[in-house]
Amino acid sequence: MDKKSTIGLIILAITLFIVPFIAPNSYYMDIAIRMAINGVIVLSLNLLMGYAGQISLGHAGFVGIGAYASAILPTHFGWNPLLSLVVGAVLTGLLALLVARPILRLKGHYLAMATLGLGIIIEYVIRNESGLTGGPDGMSVPPINVLGVDLVRDTQWYWIVAVVLFLNVWGALNLINSPFGRALRGLHGSEIASQVVGINVPRCKTRVFVVSAMVASIMGSLLANYSGFVTPDLTNFNHAIELITMVVVGGMASVFGSVVGAVLLTIVPQLLASFEGWETVIFGLILICFMIFLPRGVVPTLAARLRLGS
Amino acid sequence: MLSEFLQFLFSGLTVGATYALVALGFNLIYNASNVINFAQGEFIMLGGMLAVFFSDAGLHWSLAFALAIVIPTLVGVLIEKLMIEPVRNADTVTLIIITLGVSLVLRGLVQIWLGKGVHSLPPFSDHAPLSILGATLVVQSLWVFLITALVVLLLWFFFSRTLAGKAMLATAFNAVAAQLMGISTSRVLMASFAMAAALGAVGGILITPITLTTYDVGIMLGLKGFVAAVVGGLGNGLGAVLGGLLVGVLEAMGAGYISSAYKDAIPFVLILLILFVRPQGLLGARATDRV
Repeated sequence: MDKKSTIGLIILAITLFIVPFIAPNSYYMDIAIRMAINGVIVLSLNLLMGYAGQISLGHAGFVGIGAYASAILPTHFGWNPLLSLVVGAVLTGLLALLVARPILRLKGHYLAMATLGLGIIIEYVIRNESGLTGGPDGMSVPPINVLGVDLVRDTQWYWIVAVVLFLNVWGALNLINSPFGRALRGLHGSEIASQVVGINVPRCKTRVFVVSAMVASIMGSLLANYSGFVTPDLTNFNHAIELITMVVVGGMASVFGSVVGAVLLTIVPQLLASFEGWETVIFGLILICFMIFLPRGVVPTLAARLRLGS
Repeated sequence: MLSEFLQFLFSGLTVGATYALVALGFNLIYNASNVINFAQGEFIMLGGMLAVFFSDAGLHWSLAFALAIVIPTLVGVLIEKLMIEPVRNADTVTLIIITLGVSLVLRGLVQIWLGKGVHSLPPFSDHAPLSILGATLVVQSLWVFLITALVVLLLWFFFSRTLAGKAMLATAFNAVAAQLMGISTSRVLMASFAMAAALGAVGGILITPITLTTYDVGIMLGLKGFVAAVVGGLGNGLGAVLGGLLVGVLEAMGAGYISSAYKDAIPFVLILLILFVRPQGLLGARATDRV
């Protein structure tokens, strides 16, 4: 890992450590927890979009599978919540593996369409199988129990998601500098050139798709357990676009950008909650303006500025 | 048995005609620029909502409909000038995200302006529904078929018989060569957005008396129109019409015979199957990659 990444990691660790001491009340803790969860989801999506260059409009669907696995399995079948989380991730991984080959053969618009279709089908299954999922009204999720303690306090959750976020950022930084990470960036540049130098392109794409989907699923499970309630809105098209907005704002192909994007865009809806409708408009404007004026996103642009300055 | 089948067929063809208009809009823009305009569905919403708004404001229907087509057309031109032109050569992901942003803005603005209510238009003519072999066909469906057919004929005439149409075709075929021949490709791009928006608005006005409209109908209609365009083969005009009708009919049959709860999911199952088996669409040519 290079020096810049190490400095970034240290800053992240310090920030994560300070937040619970300066957060004035549980409302801010709640936002901080959601930021961290979104941060990991966005990181997984960025791995796919920013590094491998594969757009996914269906990522909200994977988040939804994880969330509903954690809701359905303990409620209806009495499974342990942690086991449910793992089962949700495995199911998501298998689904991703099943569709990866045919889907990832597609490019550009077709890939967007296929991932979108997958996401919408997941959403409809969740919406319609109300016997299991509670339908459009959603369902409640029992808390995770670790060593006889129910995880319900926000400080407990904060430390869990903070550690998860830190480990994921650390892992992602290592991953992109590994041979696999270089292969990913290679196939973003040119699939044919990558193939020529001996990269197994389909296997590379499948792997990153499966890993990305599984991470999204695990975070969906954690989100469900933390908030204690899930609704199908978690899986819908709007949520998928929100995730993409976070990637774009923070910066495609930027690990720290993913975190920054998640932080910024988790705040925006909170600020706009009282202006119904404007929330949608402003999200749209953010997407457009970033793509036109700041296509590389906040973090890579700032990094480039700083380098020029010094 | 037969009457039931015919009933599903009629309703499928009716919505299918709307999908066809949306799909044609996708193709127009795609051919001119390789951009997939994810805001295409919002033009349907705009057409329907504006027609309702101007009718309720007391305007004569002809004026209300005219405004409901002209305003989305201007919006289309504006989108192209302000948001697509500046990033002409950006990559696919960038362009997809910009048009997604546009659709959010349009939907949000209409929600703020006209609220979340569900609106309807009176049918174009108040004839009693026809009865055909035991199935009923509302007269509005006939209007939908008639006007869609008219629009398709007009488009065909435009592309095969006029210089402007041929300029657009040439640009679709090879933009650089077209430019060398003196065709203004940026005007072609603008025209394609204007036409796509107008097509969407017409579809929106036609379908509103049957399916009603609200601020967020554009998402689903747009996505299904996109499915129709991909099913027919992106960029293929005839494919768009067939794709639209096919998606509409399969959706209606699926809703009738399998499960109405999953009606909206059917086009997406279809698109996944088609993309897996025949990624270039039913009528599309097999794509080859240039190295």
